[in-house]
Amino acid sequence: MISVRDISKIFNAGQINEFTALHGVSLNLEMHETTVLKGPSGSGKTTLLGLVGCMARPTTGRIFLHEREITSLPERFLTKIRRSTFGFIFQQFNLIKGISALENVMIPAYSTNEKYAPLRKRAIEKLELFDLGRRAGAKIECLSGGEAQRVAIARALINNPTIIIADEPTAHLDSKLSHEFMAIMKELKAGGATIILSSHDPIVYDSDLADRVIEMRDGQIVSEEKSP
Amino acid sequence: MIEHHRHILDFTLSSLLRRKGKNGALLLVYSLIIFILASVLFFTYALKREAALVLHESPEIIVQRTMTGRYQTIPISWSDKIGKINGVISVRPRLWGYQYDTTFQANYTLTVPSENPPESGSIDIGSGISTMRSVYKGDIIVFNGHDGFPRFFTVRNILSYESQLLTSDLILLSEKDYRDFSGIPSDQATDLALRVRNPREYATISEKITHLYPEARPIVRTEIQRTYDAVFGWRSGLVTVIFSAAAIAFIIFAWDKASGLSAEEQREIGILKSVGWETSDILLIKFWEGIVVSLSAFLIGTILAYAHVFYTSSALFAPVLKGWSTLYPTFRLTPFIDFGQVATLFFLTVVPYTVTTIIPSWRAATIDPDAVMR
Repeated sequence: MISVRDISKIFNAGQINEFTALHGVSLNLEMHETTVLKGPSGSGKTTLLGLVGCMARPTTGRIFLHEREITSLPERFLTKIRRSTFGFIFQQFNLIKGISALENVMIPAYSTNEKYAPLRKRAIEKLELFDLGRRAGAKIECLSGGEAQRVAIARALINNPTIIIADEPTAHLDSKLSHEFMAIMKELKAGGATIILSSHDPIVYDSDLADRVIEMRDGQIVSEEKSP
Repeated sequence: MIEHHRHILDFTLSSLLRRKGKNGALLLVYSLIIFILASVLFFTYALKREAALVLHESPEIIVQRTMTGRYQTIPISWSDKIGKINGVISVRPRLWGYQYDTTFQANYTLTVPSENPPESGSIDIGSGISTMRSVYKGDIIVFNGHDGFPRFFTVRNILSYESQLLTSDLILLSEKDYRDFSGIPSDQATDLALRVRNPREYATISEKITHLYPEARPIVRTEIQRTYDAVFGWRSGLVTVIFSAAAIAFIIFAWDKASGLSAEEQREIGILKSVGWETSDILLIKFWEGIVVSLSAFLIGTILAYAHVFYTSSALFAPVLKGWSTLYPTFRLTPFIDFGQVATLFFLTVVPYTVTTIIPSWRAATIDPDAVMR
């Protein structure tokens, strides 16, 4: 379980452009559940995902992962947690241009000591899972938006994470590709993954994938719905 | 651990190839700077070494004769009295001078060697003269003497000493031929070369010589050393200007590297951090990138500089630095490298460049990967 206790996040503290993105947010995220954070742009969804995924530290408050406090851990421990526990799917995909889809998928595992051949095999399997086996050697800039999205998902899964975090995953996809993405998420959920999504797309938060929908506004949680 | 480093190296190579335009340009500029710096180092060191070779065998004191400030030939009879001064081991009258060749617009240095002089009618010539006039061993060569009449000589040998600076324009001939050629009478010499046992006696002996012969002008080897230093120093001075310009260019270049990363590079670091790369892995990539670029540039620049200085006779610097082109028909420095200098160049270029590559990456790698989410 991920437990978020009274966290706030202030950017550019003490400067003229100081901005509070989160105001004392608390919530518990259950394992094997799919949680959707919805809300307009600037409501704090991305900031909350970043904090939960160990991508940043809260200004105040604490975060627990499996009852272990991770807020005050040194950076190298957070990196290890990020690598072994979380798989990130970014709004802009954040794939590295100029290298192949296959290399992009393998990159998160480069930090481990895994041998090249089995790693490559595993990466190809992940790409094949999303029907991208034939495009493994293609450079990122040669892929369509939908293909790039699926490469990003394959990359998020390469280290077999237990928690998948996706930030506005359908923001750059048309409705057909958005539905395809949701279908992939359902498969992952069926495989036992914990999924945390942020979106203001009804295709995501109205989907039967969501076990819980948390609405955010101005850096605070304003409502929470649980699927029956 | 080995696999981990293999992955890092793979990614480094792929990173370099991905930005081959930028890295190629970087390599070109860097190699050019190293080329200039290394050329300057090799050139000045080789010049100094040539100077040392020139002076190595020179006499401790040379006595010349002047009249109202003009050089005159010196009576050989002076040798007897000078040779009796305490501390003087030997006195040798020398015959030497210059000959200007109007056809080839070159100066030659004519000398009567103390050992193994050619027989009358034959001469030894420097490789520069041989090349310029296309004469080789056994050929006949003609020079006009002081009276304007030609003298014919058979080439006995082409000189190939350690220093081209010494021998390129040199003509060795017999005493008889030299006197005939120059018109110097048999009781006169160009100067007297003295061997002196104790360097601390140079000043005293010089003083005694001028006391004996007020027209005498003793020149101590240390003074000659100063003259050479002035000549090579002047050249080195010009070289120092070039060196400084190249060094400043390198500092600007390194500073530019250190001052920041492109948005694309920052984004890439953020992505790597967000997918679980440790800061040390990112620094390792940047370290290898810096090493590959700087080491390649160092090797390319140094090898090209070596070829430039020792095989093309510093062709690019020649118009500025080799103002004696008429004196030396050809001029080629003896290939020699001071590894201390090369090591210094390495530590003053490769190391700072690699460090300046790492610093901005370290800055980018220590910020939260959260930034990449935005």
